[in-house]
Amino acid sequence: MTTTVTSHRTRPPAQPSSLRARRLPGYAAPAIAVAALALSAVIVYGTDIGGPVLVVVLGAILYLAGLFAAANAVEGRRSARNRTWSALIHSAFVLAVLPLVSVVWTLVSKGAERFDANFFQTSMNNIGARDPNGGAYHAIVGTLEQVGFATLITVPLGVLCAIYIVEYGRGKFAFAIRFFVDVMTGIPSIVSGLFVLAFWVLVVSPWFNDGRPSFSGFAAALALSVLMLPTIVRSTEEMLRLVPAPLREGAYALGIPKWKTILRVVVPTALPGIVTGVMLAIARAAGETAPVLLVAGGGAAINTNPFENNQSSLSLFVYQQAGDASKYAPARAWTAALTLVALVLILTIAAKLLARRNRLSR
Amino acid sequence: MAKRVSASNVTAYYGGFKAIENINLTVEPKTVTALIGPSGCGKSTFLRSINRMHEVLPGARVEGSLTIDDQDIYHRDVDVTAVRRTIGMVFQRPNPFPTMSIFENVVAGLKLNGVRRKSILDEAAEKALRSANLWDEVKDRLGKPGAGLSGGQQQRLCIARTIAVEPQVVLMDEPCSALDPISTLAIEDLMFQLKDKFTIIIVTHNMQQAARVSDRTAFFSIEKTGDPGRLIEYDNTQKIFSNPSVKKTEDYITGRFG
Repeated sequence: MTTTVTSHRTRPPAQPSSLRARRLPGYAAPAIAVAALALSAVIVYGTDIGGPVLVVVLGAILYLAGLFAAANAVEGRRSARNRTWSALIHSAFVLAVLPLVSVVWTLVSKGAERFDANFFQTSMNNIGARDPNGGAYHAIVGTLEQVGFATLITVPLGVLCAIYIVEYGRGKFAFAIRFFVDVMTGIPSIVSGLFVLAFWVLVVSPWFNDGRPSFSGFAAALALSVLMLPTIVRSTEEMLRLVPAPLREGAYALGIPKWKTILRVVVPTALPGIVTGVMLAIARAAGETAPVLLVAGGGAAINTNPFENNQSSLSLFVYQQAGDASKYAPARAWTAALTLVALVLILTIAAKLLARRNRLSR
Repeated sequence: MAKRVSASNVTAYYGGFKAIENINLTVEPKTVTALIGPSGCGKSTFLRSINRMHEVLPGARVEGSLTIDDQDIYHRDVDVTAVRRTIGMVFQRPNPFPTMSIFENVVAGLKLNGVRRKSILDEAAEKALRSANLWDEVKDRLGKPGAGLSGGQQQRLCIARTIAVEPQVVLMDEPCSALDPISTLAIEDLMFQLKDKFTIIIVTHNMQQAARVSDRTAFFSIEKTGDPGRLIEYDNTQKIFSNPSVKKTEDYITGRFG
């Protein structure tokens, strides 16, 4: 160990004579920021080359340069680098959050217009281009039923599949399953929709429908299942692998059978992570438009039966309203988008709370 | 309660690697037996093959015969879970189940093996916690998470969990190596008390600990890295530490090698 360290560094760094060093006063950073913004505003508006966005961008760059120069002069090089990198990391965070805030703000401000009782109680049935009413009740029902069925199908299947891969699978077969799950992760949603269209709608559904193929919400649930399954398998797999082996061994050493160890020790320990993975999959499925359009067809009327006839969904509703010629349609699209985001958010919060209740409160 | 464990010609593998070879050793009931030796000499492997935990790892297998009161542990018809209920195990690092409370941790072995009656579980939990010298410290917070205890308390919780299923043999794999001297002392005291009821086999790197707690000591060693571990000497602890009959044991104990 010591030899490798000394070979990297021929000379040890000089020992500082004092542990104390000169520091920039606390008001220095804000002062530099204000000065940078002011200078930037003078430059931008003085030469008339841009607007407020450029002022902020140029101001940020001037602030970084000014901060580095000031810190370098007073505190020394190491401290100057530290300050500059901290500032860069903070600005990266702001850059990442900006689009999110912008999306939420746009959704709320534009979606609020039709966020009324009528929107949640009516469908688009018999709503003409000049009618300001109309709502997404049918689409909400469709989304809930389709995503609900898809969740019922994929959660048991996905979790059991992950348990097989982590706890039981050995050799080539488990490897092949993992490989194909990875391949499935990359399936475009339109392909999964086409698969269900070719397989379920055209081949299987005529058996239940007097020989005629039929769109249905259940077909959409199947297409969404194809999309959700790999996400759930992979996230559950990762979470199960994070459960430390000594926990399993501790349970085995008590004479607890393997299946019970998995059910009562391993899965509960990994549960919060598994729930997060499932919620990610649900959020993805709820936002899919193409497969629903292909195999459920969409529709303006309320259809609560998921096994027969056309159904719509919120994302499909957004797509159709956004492309509609009526001047009232865009408002409905925004409100539906807001509803979709709110729905997923509520489901996620509820699931996290439920998962937490199972764990012991610290 | 306590039973005799005997091994004859036990050889254990990890895939193609032979970890221990031809171990012959008999552990008498109601004694503490210490397994000592340098790292990698197969003490833990031998310990884990006694309750069939060795085979949990993929590719690991055991040859030879291990018996507990003349019942073959590795017989084809033996139920592994029955073996592990008879031969309990405490691990190097405390591993309480993080999703369970202190109470649930102690009765996990009973509850997950089908005992439902609350009165039986309550009684068993108190008995096991008292035996593990932990009752007074946790009796007012049985519903709190087991992972919230200190390291030494967690290890005693794991010991309580192990003895709650009333095994006949308790295996301990360096149970004090992650603990401070005071917690170590508490667990050594505990071993003295548990000796009345259980056969205890303990792996330890701490030779003073082996000398303090054990009745008999087995010294394992390897020739060089990659060779299988062998049993070098097995005798009364006093004899091993004062007058060993093999030169290598003496070298190890006096610190001249290993």
